[in-house]
Amino acid sequence: MTTQTPLWEVFIRPRNGLAHRHCGSLHAADAEMALQAARDVYTRRGEGTSIWVVPSAEITASDPKDKDALFEPTADKIYRHPTFYEIPDEVGHM
Amino acid sequence: MYSQGLIGAQTATDEDEAFLERFQARVDADEKIEPTDEMPEGYRRTLIRQIGQHAHSEIVGMLPEGNWITRAPSLRRKAALLAKVQDEGGHGLYLYSAAETLGVSREQMTEELLSGKAKYSSIFNYPTLTWADIGAIGWLVDGAAIMNQIPLCRCSYGPYSRAMIRVCKEESFHQRQGYEIMMTLANGSAEQKEMAQDALNRWWWPSLMMFGPHDSESQHGDQSMKWKIKRFSNDELRQKFVNATVPQAEFIGLSVPDPECKWNEEKQGYDFGPIDWDEFWRVVKGGGPMNKDRIAARRKAHEDGEWVRQAAMAHAAKRKARAAATKIAAE
Repeated sequence: MTTQTPLWEVFIRPRNGLAHRHCGSLHAADAEMALQAARDVYTRRGEGTSIWVVPSAEITASDPKDKDALFEPTADKIYRHPTFYEIPDEVGHM
Repeated sequence: MYSQGLIGAQTATDEDEAFLERFQARVDADEKIEPTDEMPEGYRRTLIRQIGQHAHSEIVGMLPEGNWITRAPSLRRKAALLAKVQDEGGHGLYLYSAAETLGVSREQMTEELLSGKAKYSSIFNYPTLTWADIGAIGWLVDGAAIMNQIPLCRCSYGPYSRAMIRVCKEESFHQRQGYEIMMTLANGSAEQKEMAQDALNRWWWPSLMMFGPHDSESQHGDQSMKWKIKRFSNDELRQKFVNATVPQAEFIGLSVPDPECKWNEEKQGYDFGPIDWDEFWRVVKGGGPMNKDRIAARRKAHEDGEWVRQAAMAHAAKRKARAAATKIAAE
């Protein structure tokens, strides 16, 4: 009861050609058991062909307080998008 | 199921007006709230309570059905029931994970379930006396749960809403397998049909109670609606459930045990008789026929599994130490 079983984040690749995608988390004593549990908890209906489990404690995340500093600057850089540039219709699809 | 999660919830908050307004504006704009976002303490507490109780309901809900796995009438039924019970376990785990994102530990939630502090859906405190009860649970109990859970897919709290999307995808098989069991019994011998009717008689009212108290009696509904934790009121959902279910019963030649249940052309829905709220509160507060058994079963499972958890942790620690030692030796 007192010891907390480590938390793992689970990533599943639905099929080849797609990236592994975060689908949830679970508790397990070690990586092997985490994989086994991930298979039971998150792939009961053929949701995946490959599983990654990552100790949650090993993930470095951006601080939500830094959200503006990190992501706001891109908002006014519309020249990074193709629609910023005007190309005459006659040129055709580009 | 979830509406019962709000019983006794504390939604009062101490945050200042500006903060609450800012938060409310995000909710009103249908922005999802994620674990690291700022949120009112009342919002967090309400969700921890609701998601926790929802998770407990899934886990305790494995017990009444697990009761019939070894006695399922055919291999097909047994395989389906096993898969369904396994799903319920999975649903509990998705939900515990969602609650944990709010800062409560799994150990704490387990402790609260086992000590009787945390509640779970009152429906699981009724016994499963015959095989037909397995049909009735899938059809009615899972049917009522789906009614509750579909709007929760749009809940303002991201992890809860994502868990609900997964759960709803899986849940529809549960209801269909239950209805199929009822249909088979209803088309069977006179005794089988009687068994199906008896199960419907016993599960009908408790299923209606799953939606929680009347809106007029529900103290926390308004705030939860405002925060979009809840998207429909208890009575609205109950009415939807009755409207959907009564024709399904008629289709297989069964009737709901309510002489007052009849179609109301004007409201385009069924009227139905009064619910026995004394029974509801008695069962919620631990006085149902199976409350003691359910908690005793969960406690036993937890205690019997203690050595496994300890052994797994000890094994993991030992392997880690051994790997570290090998690495040092190799260097």
